[in-house]
This record gives sequence, structure tokens and C-alpha cells, in this order.
Amino acid sequence: MTTLIEKLAGVPPDSKLGAALKVRAEVLRLSEAAHDAVLVPREPGGLSHALRAALAARMCRHVGNAALVAHYEGYLAHGGDAEVAPLAHPGGSIGDPRRDAMARHADMLTLAPRQATRGDIEALKAAGVSEPDIVRLSELAAFVNYQLRVIAGLTFLKEVEGR
Amino acid sequence: MKKPVHEFTAEVPEWSPYVTPVDFETATPEQRAAMKITPSNKGVSAYVLTLAHDPESLDVRSPLFNLIMYGKDGLASAERELGATAASVVNRCIYCTAVHTSRFLNLTKRTDVVDAIFADERNARLEPRHQALFDFAAKLSTTPIEASADDAAKLKDVGLSELEQLDLVLSAAIFGWANRLMHTLGEPLA
Repeated sequence: MTTLIEKLAGVPPDSKLGAALKVRAEVLRLSEAAHDAVLVPREPGGLSHALRAALAARMCRHVGNAALVAHYEGYLAHGGDAEVAPLAHPGGSIGDPRRDAMARHADMLTLAPRQATRGDIEALKAAGVSEPDIVRLSELAAFVNYQLRVIAGLTFLKEVEGR
Repeated sequence: MKKPVHEFTAEVPEWSPYVTPVDFETATPEQRAAMKITPSNKGVSAYVLTLAHDPESLDVRSPLFNLIMYGKDGLASAERELGATAASVVNRCIYCTAVHTSRFLNLTKRTDVVDAIFADERNARLEPRHQALFDFAAKLSTTPIEASADDAAKLKDVGLSELEQLDLVLSAAIFGWANRLMHTLGEPLA
């Protein structure tokens, strides 16, 4: 089975990098399982599947990966909650303090995690985000940033091997 | 009274969460399974207890992290630690930087490398192989992503195989994940 990372990185299977990916098949399998755990968890808490897809698309727009944006837009379209769609775009808000605060936090986690302080977590709590949801949101943002970097890294390595 | 640590160090601090960790005694069976609690393993860190608020993620993340950082073949352990360190410096995760520079030091005894990184961070001047690895991992960790195929070509130039190159990508990327938890959900104290 081809995982999402392999599909989007497009590494030729018969290349040396393709062979390396076969050696790391378990890493790819676990990465796919992590994707499912943050995007479509059995217990979503206060982050609906649609909200998760919208925030993932928003973060991928920040980093500029159009293929991954399209992937998460697909999840959003099937998420059954069109209300959160504006959150899929940087700067987008829906007038709901709790979910708008989560979107702003996803922006910070993607763009400038080094600037994070206790105040960012206090702001989420003040906006009504529960502590379990703060952890769920952090895992979602952290995973998407991992995935963006694995795909970007593979794309550069693929280009070098093709030179 | 311990105080927050704001400067890079190889002395591993304590980690104190900003959110209330899951209570060990009242954790659900799913949370206990994700924390890998067994009769012989009852020591669970504040970090793992915090992440147990999302057991589905924790259950996958722990084995993925261990496989990427501590797998047997491919990139040398010390060089994975260097990739982890580069990401952690970019994201200014004091705790992760301390853990992974201390592991690098245990493996290599190269205090000069760690001193150079702490002094000049992303501008650190290192020997060619370390420089290629450190720069690529750091540039892969920024937003926007600054790395390019030319940076990747330097990995090939210093002799990394494709599997080693892949392992460096993974070790930097998994710290794009770890830093976003460790640095944002709590603080280092010493």
C-alpha cells in the first residue's frame, strides 16, 4: 500500500531513494497511522473531523504545499461541517471565540513555535478550549508540520538523485 | 525554587507542563495503554502524562519517534542527534536541545561541536560533514522551509547514502513535531 507521504513525494520506486523508503516502510506506516489519529480520531473531543481538516489545510497553506492543501480540503469537503471552512485559509475566522482561538494557535505553532509562551496556553483556556483539546490541537499542528517536512525533504533528495 | 531556563544548555532540565497532566490513578484503559504502563513500568513522566490527553496520537507517536531516533541501521545515532538538535535550535526548544545535545555528547565527546552550536546557533561553523547535516536539518525546520535541493546535494557531497539522507530528513522532521509539543505545552525548569 502506498502511503500519503510516498504518494505526494513521488519518489520513483526503482531509485536509490525509493529503495531507502522501502527500508523505512514501518516509519511510513506509522506516519500514516499518526495522520489518521490526528485527522479522524475515534474520540475527536472538541475538535470535529471537519475542524481538524480545516486547520490542517490552513497550516499547509502557510507552508505552501498545494498538494497537501488539496488533500485536507478533500477531508474538509466530506467532514459534514461547512461552517468551519473559512478557517482553512490563513486569516480566516468564523466568529466563534473557541475555534477562532484554536486557528490562531495553529498559526503560531506553524509559523513561529519558538515564540510560544505560557500566555498562548492561557489565551486558549480563556477562549474556552479545554486542556485535553489543547493537547489534541498541539498534536494536530505538530503532526502536520512533521508531514510537511518529510515531504519537502524527500522532494529535495529526489531532485538531487535525478540530477 | 526552580526557575525557567531560557538559554541553551546540555544539562537536562525538569519539564513542567502548562496544562494539567492526566492523573495516573484515574487514567482510562486507553490512556494507560498509550502510556505503556505495565506492572514493571510505572514511571511515567509529566510529558507523557500530558500527552495522554490524546491517547490515540500518543499511542502512534511513541513508536514512530523511537524508530526514527533509535533504529539500528542507516544514519549514525550521533548524526540523528545532530539533526534533532538543529530542529530544536531553530524552534528554540530548550528542553529538547538539552536532551539531544547531551546524547550527542555521550556518543561523541565532541564538546567543541555543542559549544559552537550554543554560541552561534544557526550560524555555527562546523566541520564539513557536520555542517552539511546541521544546515540541512535547520533549513528544513524553518517556516517557510528554507532548504533546497542544493542543500540536499551537500549531503551527497559529504558522503551520505540515500538511506542516511532519508534518516536525517526524518530526524529533523520528527523534531518539528516534538518541539511543537515540548516547547509550547510546558517549560524547562532548573
